[in-house]
Amino acid sequence: MRTFSELKKILKKDFSLIEQKKVAILGDTSTQLLYQAIRATGYDKGYNLEVFEADFNQIDRQIFDPSSEFYEFNPEFVIIFQSSHKLLYSYNKMNLNQSYSLADERIEKIKEFIHVLQVNLKAKIIYYNYPEIDDAIFGNYANNTTLSFLYQIRKLNFELMNLTTSQRNFYICDLSTIQNQLGKSVMFDTSVYINTEMVLSLDALPVIASRTIDLVAALSGKFKKCLILDLDNTTWGGIIGDDGIENIQIGSLGIGKAFSEFQYWAKKLKQRGVILAVCSKNTESVAKEPFEKHPDMVLRLDDIAVFVANWENKADNIRHIQQILNIGFDSMVFLDDNPFERNLVREQIKDITVPELPEDPADYLEYLYTLNLFETISFSELDAERTKQYQVEAQRVDLQKKITNEDDFLKTLSMTSLVESFTKFNIPRVAQLSQRSNQFNLRTVRYTEADIELLAQSGKYYTFTFTLDDKFGENGLVCVIILAKLDEMNLFIDTWFMSCRVLKRGMEGFVLNTIVEFAQLNKFKNIIGEYIPTPKNEMVKDHFKNLGFQEISGKWQLELSEYQYKNVYITKK
Amino acid sequence: MDAEKILKDVNEIFIDVLDNEDIVLTRESSAKDIEEWDSLNHIQLVVAIEKHFKQRFTSLEIQNWKNVGEMCDAIAAKQNQ
Repeated sequence: MRTFSELKKILKKDFSLIEQKKVAILGDTSTQLLYQAIRATGYDKGYNLEVFEADFNQIDRQIFDPSSEFYEFNPEFVIIFQSSHKLLYSYNKMNLNQSYSLADERIEKIKEFIHVLQVNLKAKIIYYNYPEIDDAIFGNYANNTTLSFLYQIRKLNFELMNLTTSQRNFYICDLSTIQNQLGKSVMFDTSVYINTEMVLSLDALPVIASRTIDLVAALSGKFKKCLILDLDNTTWGGIIGDDGIENIQIGSLGIGKAFSEFQYWAKKLKQRGVILAVCSKNTESVAKEPFEKHPDMVLRLDDIAVFVANWENKADNIRHIQQILNIGFDSMVFLDDNPFERNLVREQIKDITVPELPEDPADYLEYLYTLNLFETISFSELDAERTKQYQVEAQRVDLQKKITNEDDFLKTLSMTSLVESFTKFNIPRVAQLSQRSNQFNLRTVRYTEADIELLAQSGKYYTFTFTLDDKFGENGLVCVIILAKLDEMNLFIDTWFMSCRVLKRGMEGFVLNTIVEFAQLNKFKNIIGEYIPTPKNEMVKDHFKNLGFQEISGKWQLELSEYQYKNVYITKK
Repeated sequence: MDAEKILKDVNEIFIDVLDNEDIVLTRESSAKDIEEWDSLNHIQLVVAIEKHFKQRFTSLEIQNWKNVGEMCDAIAAKQNQ
């Protein structure tokens, strides 16, 4: 979220080329800064809001006088902001034993506003509801008596909700929820109030403006229709391919709770009519297993309209999802815990929304609540059935994909790798990866820390570790190679495992280049590889074939004299 | 923080909030001298100063400053408390 002073700088930009909308703001307190925040936020969302701002405290005059400047302006949206403070002021002036009628009187007044506005304009009315103030006159007993201000303001907010069902073109912008999220001490700044007649703090303005524009956009037909989920560490805790179905975190214990609640959130969105899709770097059958078999999964396969799990570039996969659903990228939200994937998708698909998920999964939901991603202006039973239609469509569409120019993308990453033998510093990490790597693991020989130390000293083995960093950050140690000397001519790849995080970056080619360079330097003639299948490492079945090895009696051989160095975009540190 | 440094920081805040690179403050500068310095911008300046120096001013203090010098003195006084 931008700060208010950042928003003010936007006001100097050229608004002339973007879509124009006429908005009127009528308030009973000073709205000048709110006006600035709304206009600037509008620019961010692609609207040139031409804003009419009445002098404050002129709501009645502007609405009830058909010849007012307001009607002459002829707005498409009318924002009415009657503040809790002014409501409290009305309450203060009442005799306490009369104050039970405060909310009813205000509702009657609002109904009059709506009626007159609808007679004279075609505008949509956006009404700001009332952030709570407890004046502490009755203490907790405020809940027991209709005479308390707290009772009246809560009743008013409740009646406003009811009013939306009977009034056409009447929508609530929920300031009360914003105050719940920000806290009253952030929402309201006493010195700003005393000095300017403004009841909103500078820090609250961008949030309120954003909520307002969400509503304007939804009323103009722009809203989010699809939520695309990554799986590992987004939808459940852990990595399904490595940890296995019994070890992923989900359910009612510890951090599993966070993922379960996240899934309930997605499920509710689906029931509301938001299409769910999955985009995951995984083997499809492995990725689907929890959806089919895990007892604690909230989401099931029939909740997902399009399920894409493979090892391709995520941006391409999202384009594939987009083609099936046939909706705009600007109506899609992509959630992924991995900053690299988020950046890749953001860079390649301009209009998609990719929230910067917090590092701790425990924070996912609270953060997502504040973003108000799924604004809508209607809900019907039909919305809930939408997923089914898209599932059918998904089966029809071929997995024909437009491949982005991958090389161009990789070039921009400025990737570097540190290549080292095993050292006492990296051995713990090597051992850990050796225990955990299941998918990109050619022979799945498990080494403990003690095994590795022995092996490093034996003299018959050559060891390599690789890190991978790029402009977005560090991935740490991601690949391990152990080579065994068979004889003077032949070098055997005893171990090759790699973290799946770094697939599709040319790492395989870089690693092979490094091995070949080493082998040539030491006068070997051939490198021999072997793939030992396990239930989890199907993804590397063709690994050696893809790298140019020849199959010879169940093993794979590379003749060094014929090797052509792979073109990669990773440089050695 | 000495008076000179406070004035320099306040000057930068004015440039940022009022979005005018040319502002050069002296202790005597007042709202009359700077076109953009109206009551609405005043409160934005105060909020920015409060954040920058991690201080809070009372409503009365905010209303009573006649020029930049008094503003800086108030900041310095709070820092020494």
